Amino acid sequence: MSHTLTLTINGTVQEVTLDDPRVTLLDLLRERLYLTGTKKGCDRGQCGACTVLANGRRINACLALALSHDGAEITTIEGLARGDTLHPVQAAFIAHDGMQCGYCTPGQIMSAVGLIAEAQAGADPERIREGMSGNICRCAAYAGITKAVLAATETLSQEAKRA
Amino acid sequence: MKPFDYIRAESLDQALAEGGKPGTAYLAGGTNLLDLMKTGAARPERLVDITRLPGLDRWEWQDDGGLRIGAMVRNSDLAHDPDIAATFPAMAEALLSGASGQLRNAATTGGNVMQHTRCHFFADPASPCNRRAPGTGCAAQGGDRRGFAVLGGSDACIATHPSDLCVALAALDAVVEIAGPEGLRETPLADFHLLPGTRPEAHTQLAPGELIVAIRLPAAAAGFRHHARYLKLRDRTSFAFALVSAAAMLRIENGVIAEARLAFGGIAPRPWRSPLAEAALKGARPDAESFALAAEAALAGAAGHDAKIALAKRLAARALTHAAQGTPERVPALPGSVHRGETAHV
Ligand SMILES: Cc1cc2nc3c(=O)[nH]c(=O)nc-3n(C[C@H](O)[C@H](O)[C@H](O)COP(=O)(O)OP(=O)(O)OC[C@H]3O[C@@H](n4cnc5c(N)ncnc54)[C@H](O)[C@@H]3O)c2cc1C
Ligand code: SF4
Ligand code: FES
Ligand code: FES
Repeated sequence: MSHTLTLTINGTVQEVTLDDPRVTLLDLLRERLYLTGTKKGCDRGQCGACTVLANGRRINACLALALSHDGAEITTIEGLARGDTLHPVQAAFIAHDGMQCGYCTPGQIMSAVGLIAEAQAGADPERIREGMSGNICRCAAYAGITKAVLAATETLSQEAKRA
Repeated sequence: MKPFDYIRAESLDQALAEGGKPGTAYLAGGTNLLDLMKTGAARPERLVDITRLPGLDRWEWQDDGGLRIGAMVRNSDLAHDPDIAATFPAMAEALLSGASGQLRNAATTGGNVMQHTRCHFFADPASPCNRRAPGTGCAAQGGDRRGFAVLGGSDACIATHPSDLCVALAALDAVVEIAGPEGLRETPLADFHLLPGTRPEAHTQLAPGELIVAIRLPAAAAGFRHHARYLKLRDRTSFAFALVSAAAMLRIENGVIAEARLAFGGIAPRPWRSPLAEAALKGARPDAESFALAAEAALAGAAGHDAKIALAKRLAARALTHAAQGTPERVPALPGSVHRGETAHV
């Protein structure tokens, strides 16, 4: 039996028909919608490379059944920039060397966006490191990642004050 | 992954009717079930998605001050609510010491209670495992027991229960509300997970088709809020399961312990409440000597890994010491950690 689901992906409503309910949100994004910015590391919830936002909350797309998220708003790394203007978290990762090979980076950035929205870590580097612990970086760019998240937290709070 | 049919339940009645059919598993956040389906350890023929069941995604404060937590409430929402964290701080700390930010956003209260052991032989269908495949034997016996039970295990299975949340819930006298074809029933969380005995495959008290609808915390559990901690030793400071963990809670009146609660994670097949330690603490002074005696009482009869037993005793004494010092104003930067979180080097 085939199933149809509707997702709003990076602002665009998409209807998808699945012939097989086994498809994870990660495989749907990468293999059926060709949004390959979201990475597959472990496929088991252990590395964070597949992090996306579902209704504004960061989750591991590899342990999410696509059908279970019918109706959700999904944001992936492709949906962050506004035209040529990078999202403040993206810009901060570049400014602060928050990467080396870059494989974990889309997941790191989506996780950071989610973390900042959760408003639990603030400007405390220890809380940021703890809050980002679901994202493993094989290149160990952790120092740069923490700096980038701190800087982006500051930029976003300035922007919020101006708005 | 084995093929399966997917059914989204719109009502509790529908979920129960569908869930009772053979080969069916309930799908909540999916963070444990999908993982096990990928390895082939879980092979359901039908998934009944319970994430849309009305009313289960919220909590209610009860008139007497207790808390009723719907089974679909996500771990992060429960941990981050300021009133809940202030009233049941060890629960918030336990939740935040577990998994990662992403996983806690998906993981549900019911799913956390129902999660399976992390014994790697259980997850690997190529290994003998009585819990996954009754009668095949136990691949963990005779190996290094560091990651296994030192209390409550049996010849058939020595796996530990992996949940942090459940340790706090056991200490708080939580009650599990269960819906089934015959209506509603409830049971103390401390009895909900079964010891393996000769039938490790039974896991919990849930009969096929039954569903957890809520977890209730009694009002009396709030009495420990000024002296409550959760400590967790693991191979790295964050994003790792417990080697040994402990929830310690005290009610101190006039310099004496009026009531104590102590429960462990990582050392037994279920969240392990220690009535002997609690009895030893009642009426005692909250000092190092009392805590050491309580820790000895808690681990009496433990066997299988001497270093782990020693570690559990020290952790219990330390958790009690931290609890006696008072609940921190906010869950620490490194939840459950024995490190104070002053290593910032940015
Ligand atoms: C990498 C990783 C690290 C983790 N680290 C930790 C950790 O440190 N500490 C910790 O405590 N946990 C940890 N977890 C486990 C995590 O907490 C659980 O996977 C999660 O709580 C399960 O909840 P869920 O809603 O996703 O359940 P699901 O995966 O949807 O379900 C789990 C099981 O419960 C059943 N079920 C779900 N809801 C109900 C219900 N209401 N009634 C009856 N049956 C139900 C399902 O059928 C299934 O068998 C980790 C998980 C991963 C993947
Ligand atoms: S300890 Fe339990 S879960 Fe692990 S292999 Fe033995 S029977 Fe299976
Ligand atoms: S690919 Fe999802 S957590 Fe590793
Ligand atoms: S930059 Fe290489 S894995 Fe993180």
